[in-house]
Amino acid sequence: MEQTNEMTIEFDSRSCNESFARVAVAAFMTQLNPTLEEVADVKTALSEAVTNAIVHGYENQVEKIIVRCSISGNLLTISVRDTGKGIEDVAKAMEPLFTTKPDTERSGMGFAFMEAFMDEVAVESALGEGTTVNMKKRIGRPGGENQY
Amino acid sequence: MEDYFKVNGTDLTVMVPVELDHHNAEKIKRGADRMIESSNIRRIIFDFRRTRFMDSSGIGMIMGRYKNMRFMGGAVIAVHVNGRVQRILRLSGIYKVIDIYEESPDGCGK
Repeated sequence: MEQTNEMTIEFDSRSCNESFARVAVAAFMTQLNPTLEEVADVKTALSEAVTNAIVHGYENQVEKIIVRCSISGNLLTISVRDTGKGIEDVAKAMEPLFTTKPDTERSGMGFAFMEAFMDEVAVESALGEGTTVNMKKRIGRPGGENQY
Repeated sequence: MEDYFKVNGTDLTVMVPVELDHHNAEKIKRGADRMIESSNIRRIIFDFRRTRFMDSSGIGMIMGRYKNMRFMGGAVIAVHVNGRVQRILRLSGIYKVIDIYEESPDGCGK
């Protein structure tokens, strides 16, 4: 049976916690023996999801963001959850360069970066209830030499 | 904050921090715009020599400064761009609108 491991962190939706979240997830994934490139990919994707929760989900109000990570074999799964305003049209939101906030210099590339750096990205959202971004990435070679 | 910015003639050099995320991009944006209002800046040089992390918030911040400078007839360039930062800039397509150097042309950003 494949070994599994899990962790959950909950933190305020303050922009200073973006770096905290990246470091926490990077530290958790070290048990998969990732390359530096893989760590950088995951940190970028995570940063995009957490920033979206702060900027769009909560529109800079201070609420809670929950990041849950799990490992099963060499598969890393990350979910980033907010209970903010939700996304009206998820497909539209995921289009590269689409942003609802061009006036605040959002590039509209957050989801494109998540998709570029993770193997799978899925978004669940309901207006007024919040958004959960689920991301998966295989670390190292399939069936490779990852160790706990 | 002061050590992020250097003015040399009409050049504003921004020493981009180690991590350019949403949190730091907001700080750089406010600081750079203040410098541009108070000095006659014709060119912004983003110097990435210290930077190890960047996400799409950094792209948004650079694009915002590019739009402002272009409106005023000025320019934006990026120097000491390597590794991870290079990958993110390439992926964003920002290469098409601003000049990006692995080193530092005509000694700027010194």
